[in-house]
Amino acid sequence: MSKTIDSNPSLVPVSAIKPARKELEAVRKELAEAKGPKFWRSLEELSGKHEAAFGELLEREFPRQHSEWLDPVSRRNFLKLAGASMALAGLAGCTKQPLEQILPYVRQPEELIPGRPIFYATAMPFAGYGLPLLVETHEFRPTKIEGNPQHACSLGATDLFAQASILGLYDPDRSIAITHMGEPRPWGEFLGAARNRVVYHKGNQGAGLRFLTGAVSSPTLGSQMKAILQIFPQAKWHRWDPVHRDGARAGSKLAFGAEYDPQYKFAAADVVVSLDADFLSGAWFPGFVRYARDFMSRRKEPGEGMNRLYAAESSPTTTGAKADHWLVLRHSDVEKVARALAAKLGVAGAAAPPLSEPQHKWIDAVAADLTKHRGKSLVVPGEFQSATVHALAHAMNDKLGNAGQTVFYTEPVEVDAVEHTQSIRELVDDMNSGKVETLIIIGGNQVYDAPADLDFQSALEKLLTNASKREVPPVTIQLSLYDNDTTPFCHWHVPEAHYLESWSDVRAHDGTASIIQPMISPLYDGKSAHEILGIFTDQPGVSGYDLLQAYWRSQHSGDDFDKWWRRSVHDGFIAGSAFPARSVTLKLGSLPEPEVRTVLKMVFTQAAPAEVKGEVVEVMFRPDPTIYDGSFINNGWLQETPKPLTRTTWDNVAMISPAMAGRLGFEELEGELISQSDLQKNVNKDHQSDAQNVIAINVGGRTVRAPAWTQPGHPDGAVTLFFGYGQERTGRVGSDTGEDLARSDAPRPTRSVGKPRGYDAYSVRSGAAYAGAGIISTTGDHYPIAVTQGHFTMDDREPVKVAKSLEAYRKNPNFANENPEEIPKTDESLYPYFGDKGFYERYAWGMTIDLNSCVGCQACSVACYAENNISIVGKYQVQRGREMGWIRIDAYYEGDPANPNIYFQPVPCMQCENAPCEPVCPVGATTHSTEGLNDMVYNRCVGTRYCSNNCPYKVRRFNFMLFADFDTPSLKMMRNPDVSVRSRGVMEKCTYCVQRINAARINAEKQDRYIRDGEILTACQQVCPTQAITFGNKNDKDSRVSKLKADKRNYSLVPELNTRPRTTYTAAVWNTNPELPEKA
Amino acid sequence: MPQIEEIDLLPPKGVRPPVIGPGHDLGTATDRIAGIVLTKHTPLFWFAIVALAVTIVGMLNTAIAYLFARGTGIWGINIPVGWGFAIVNFVWWIGIGHAGTLISAILLLFKQSWRTSINRFAEAMTIFAVMQAGLFPLIHTGRPWLAAYWLFPLPLTMGVWPQFRSPLIWDVFAVSTYFTVSFLFWGVGLIPDFANLRDSAKSLVVRRIYGMLAMGWRGSARHWNRYETAYMLLAGLATPLVLSVHSVVSLDFAVAVVPGWHTTFFPPYFVAGAIFSGFAMVLILAIPFRYLYNMQDFITLRHLQNCGKLMLATGSIVAYAYVLEMFIGWYSQDKYELAMVHNRLHGPYSHYYFMLVFCNIISPQSLWFNKVRSTPWMLFVLSCIVQFGMWLERFVIVVMSLQRDFIPSSWGMYWFTKWDVMTLVGTMGFFTLLFFLFIRFMPAISIFEIRALLPQAKVKE
Repeated sequence: MSKTIDSNPSLVPVSAIKPARKELEAVRKELAEAKGPKFWRSLEELSGKHEAAFGELLEREFPRQHSEWLDPVSRRNFLKLAGASMALAGLAGCTKQPLEQILPYVRQPEELIPGRPIFYATAMPFAGYGLPLLVETHEFRPTKIEGNPQHACSLGATDLFAQASILGLYDPDRSIAITHMGEPRPWGEFLGAARNRVVYHKGNQGAGLRFLTGAVSSPTLGSQMKAILQIFPQAKWHRWDPVHRDGARAGSKLAFGAEYDPQYKFAAADVVVSLDADFLSGAWFPGFVRYARDFMSRRKEPGEGMNRLYAAESSPTTTGAKADHWLVLRHSDVEKVARALAAKLGVAGAAAPPLSEPQHKWIDAVAADLTKHRGKSLVVPGEFQSATVHALAHAMNDKLGNAGQTVFYTEPVEVDAVEHTQSIRELVDDMNSGKVETLIIIGGNQVYDAPADLDFQSALEKLLTNASKREVPPVTIQLSLYDNDTTPFCHWHVPEAHYLESWSDVRAHDGTASIIQPMISPLYDGKSAHEILGIFTDQPGVSGYDLLQAYWRSQHSGDDFDKWWRRSVHDGFIAGSAFPARSVTLKLGSLPEPEVRTVLKMVFTQAAPAEVKGEVVEVMFRPDPTIYDGSFINNGWLQETPKPLTRTTWDNVAMISPAMAGRLGFEELEGELISQSDLQKNVNKDHQSDAQNVIAINVGGRTVRAPAWTQPGHPDGAVTLFFGYGQERTGRVGSDTGEDLARSDAPRPTRSVGKPRGYDAYSVRSGAAYAGAGIISTTGDHYPIAVTQGHFTMDDREPVKVAKSLEAYRKNPNFANENPEEIPKTDESLYPYFGDKGFYERYAWGMTIDLNSCVGCQACSVACYAENNISIVGKYQVQRGREMGWIRIDAYYEGDPANPNIYFQPVPCMQCENAPCEPVCPVGATTHSTEGLNDMVYNRCVGTRYCSNNCPYKVRRFNFMLFADFDTPSLKMMRNPDVSVRSRGVMEKCTYCVQRINAARINAEKQDRYIRDGEILTACQQVCPTQAITFGNKNDKDSRVSKLKADKRNYSLVPELNTRPRTTYTAAVWNTNPELPEKA
Repeated sequence: MPQIEEIDLLPPKGVRPPVIGPGHDLGTATDRIAGIVLTKHTPLFWFAIVALAVTIVGMLNTAIAYLFARGTGIWGINIPVGWGFAIVNFVWWIGIGHAGTLISAILLLFKQSWRTSINRFAEAMTIFAVMQAGLFPLIHTGRPWLAAYWLFPLPLTMGVWPQFRSPLIWDVFAVSTYFTVSFLFWGVGLIPDFANLRDSAKSLVVRRIYGMLAMGWRGSARHWNRYETAYMLLAGLATPLVLSVHSVVSLDFAVAVVPGWHTTFFPPYFVAGAIFSGFAMVLILAIPFRYLYNMQDFITLRHLQNCGKLMLATGSIVAYAYVLEMFIGWYSQDKYELAMVHNRLHGPYSHYYFMLVFCNIISPQSLWFNKVRSTPWMLFVLSCIVQFGMWLERFVIVVMSLQRDFIPSSWGMYWFTKWDVMTLVGTMGFFTLLFFLFIRFMPAISIFEIRALLPQAKVKE
């Protein structure tokens, strides 16, 4: 680029130019120092005594320093000048905008009917895997995300992260400009700088050229990397994900001598043993969406076909909560139990370590049950467990004949899988020793989440300041969605295109490749990883689309590529690209020393425990249930959706066991579980904003202070820390600005101005381990946590009905409706029954929620936010009890706090036939529809809140203030145009997605027919991975909802009030092992 | 005029104090009462009190302006406790507004001559209290500008009517009717006294103003005849309203399904409670008033004693209601009712409940003693305790019931904010301001009715 300019013969040499700089410098300085109003009436007034120089600059067609523009260094000066003088105000308006004509659709784009959504297939890359999606777009604005029903890995369902990613796309805090050392730069300048590095590294075979990405399962990106590594043989590609799968990788190597990904067939398994595998809650468990559905497909009907789940679990998850038998263990004990179980099953080399009496009993029963179900059982190792647990699980599955039946093995989905812990360590070592000259960081936030002992930040700073004093200074380039903690330590920052804005591809957990197609052109001119890597190949400037097509052209053998391509893009996946099952042979040798024991050793050699007083405990590190590794920190929906077990929002907590809370002096426990908040000292009962005790956790000499959360079912002598919070540089949601988010008149910061939200668990995480040892002590401080649920026991209300064994169910199949006479008849009301007044003639909408299937994953809750334009309210308002979610998932605890029963109950509006909310509204703002819905007339609502007071289920939500953001432009594009955005002072609630009902009705009436069963899916139903929610027409006796309502297990909440709810529940039945003691 | 000592007015033991002090004739009675209004020397304390009240009204305006700007979220209300201070205050003020009309209308119909000295300012108290009460239902809504529009049954062409099944609509009618009738009753009663002031006034301007207010009253026999008929008719109209208003207000709660609200005995219980707090308020106003304006010979110990007796009677009804509430909760053996009882006694707000029991059940028992009934300062203190207790009662009913209803996961707490307190205190200031303006510019004691009590008025037939 600069070459052509320098060779221009007509140029005046720079030295010959008489500088006008001095005076302009003065203008600039004056402007910078100027106080008071910064506008002016004329340029003369602005420039004042420097008028001459300024005028000359403005008026001369070719100012004297024009030639400088062509010189890269001087041009920067000009931009600085322009930045100082023109950006202040006023003059920007004088810039002549390019002529952009807006035109109406003369010929409408094909398929576009205004007001009707179009769905496009794509996929979301998450945690190294792809989740196949369908994206609803309105006039080419993506508004809602659904699962791809044709794809085996989704079958129409998604997880909460996919649901919330739409908000991530429109996030106004996303990075919007390419910057160099914090200064905005044009793309061309970045390109020039990057190409300079390419030219430089061409000369040295790529020595010092490093790439850092997360786990990659995009075939195209993988092939690009391979191409780069061919061009630069000395270059290295490093991988780092804080939530890595090193245990699984090493376990596979240990068991088979090679890396394989296990694929489970839960639908075929009668007995499932989870060794810390949270396949029912962790969306980061590869295949979670499909696995949850498969697993729960065996629990819909109580009887012999039911599967049984044993969970040996460390940090409690909803998988443990859903297990028929839950063994609460510390992280290191999971490996012990795995060894004992393997030894019991006869796996060679697994010696049984000493265990407690109940643990022995548990293992004996589980081993017997597994042996009884040879070939139909499954042992699932957890992502965060050691290689040994993985290897033993593979060995047990092999021993039980499950391999090939309920589990099979494929090539790893991750391209060129490596151990992340090792990979990042190598990179940091090279950075520290001065071997790295150019570092390209694709995504992630390594300064924040890299292992604490590596000190990634200082390694990056060395590159930034050229600590090794090389002649060609190092260059670091970061591509990321946000200006995050890593950005200030990189030279270049390039905004990344969201996956909904860019072309790419990704493989799902079974290996099926999906084409990621953009739904919208990049909102902030973001670049995709393909485009950045393209600079380093021989084809810079090639678009992502071309790269993608070129790759797949090379993969497709037939000559019908265009047709095949269109088909694949349309369907959202490449048919038949799933990895075939490999036959593997077990080569399990001797097992390594327990991982946690090595960690313990490390900790005690590093720290001097005498200095720190407190109890030595095992510290477990886990991704946050809603913020994951921290990449969703600025997502309001995920911040506000409660974490499944704790119902906390907006913060991470440090989980400890009830017994430990007692030892720390937080509360004397009386053995009986009362309520979560009763377990805490210094708290009022059932409030949503309990002040929690702050504890200090010292791990290997580093200390983090975190609010303690007494979690029933948490192993004793351990603490769980959650990732994701405590980031320094993030947006207005991710940082604790101390401002009430709902304050519309409050200044809305565009960049973080507050303290970090929550605590940073990474700051004490050494060696990328998921467990370590630490010392826990009290601090005497308190920290408020916003909790959406204050009371965690059912008392005598029994909103969740459950038969705790098949035996109990068979004895009394009517257990959910034991006193039918308590339920009033339709004529026992002063008001006439709507059904007798000509209502409900065609449709009577109803919903059932299967409590056996619900795993409390919160996907429905987030989907509801997306579908219904629900506002978030912020931490302070949640503390006040004003969260707006239309469907909440209640969690109830029962029994022994050390090993409780946990129940989940999603509660949307009950759409009562005799709704108590309706007659009390003074203005008739909530009325009964002829189809049995309780409609809200927002325009009519004056906000007396009487309806909410009179709602026995408390499902109504009130806009106590202006919670909706009417100002941020990008959020306007996100909203569902079929649902109004509620203003202040209006009551709102679940509508059964009435907009979807009406869309289906219009469609059906055009075809002169009734709405078919299954034609309407409510947002919560559609997203549910376990199909716990069923919606349909109660009048249609053949509809699924009617059949479920006819089931004996079907029951209503508080039926004695004669509300006649349309939402009913299917009572849970457990398949407990009669040989083990019942939980409670 | 020398300060009248209480001791001078005490009758011999065993004799009830008179309803009017000795030594008055038609002229002195008229001059004493009209003197408060027509004096040129407004007492200093009046300025002090009015200045303080105006300041508090300023605070009320600030609170309401901020409320309108930001929304009801500035208060402590939430889900599940959708009603907080605003409704508590509403019911409390409405209750206070009961004694006035009761004294004026029901005691008039029962020919209780002792009502005469206190009825005028009790009626004023009613009107001012209902004004405070009426403020809350409007400002507590999420969108007050729409509430004012949608809640009134305007016969518009769009045919959108309020929902007549809702007790809140009944409230709108009940309270506005009550206010209208009370206001008319008060206004009609004032006419002869305005004429009196017109005739006694020295200044032309004052004479003109009271002249207009007197509406041409000349005191002819025909005037008196019509006046008495109208007054009795209005009394007849007002009497059922005294019972109906608070019954309707209680239906706001009784109609709902919330345990602790859904109770059939609420109407009589609320009416008794209202009269209880109403008489407490009469005493809170009368005792300083008679002291500040030297009116011990018009508002005698007889009045205070009678008010005390009425408080004892209505307080006992209220106490019975509390016991009954607990008993029915237990007797029903309904799990939600039992939990409500349990929550009252052991819940997070149980200290409010026990304070309420002390204020409204235990402390009024002192009224059994003549000594307490005859000692103004004791009555004053007791009335303040009762007034606080009655406010607590509404807090207990509104907040403690909503706080824990059916589904345990939704239970929550309610914590009021400074804006809640500012609004409550603000209405007290507004009430005080109105009351002292009334004392200064209108005859606070009915002149013509007092004259009818004097010996000179007893004409032998």
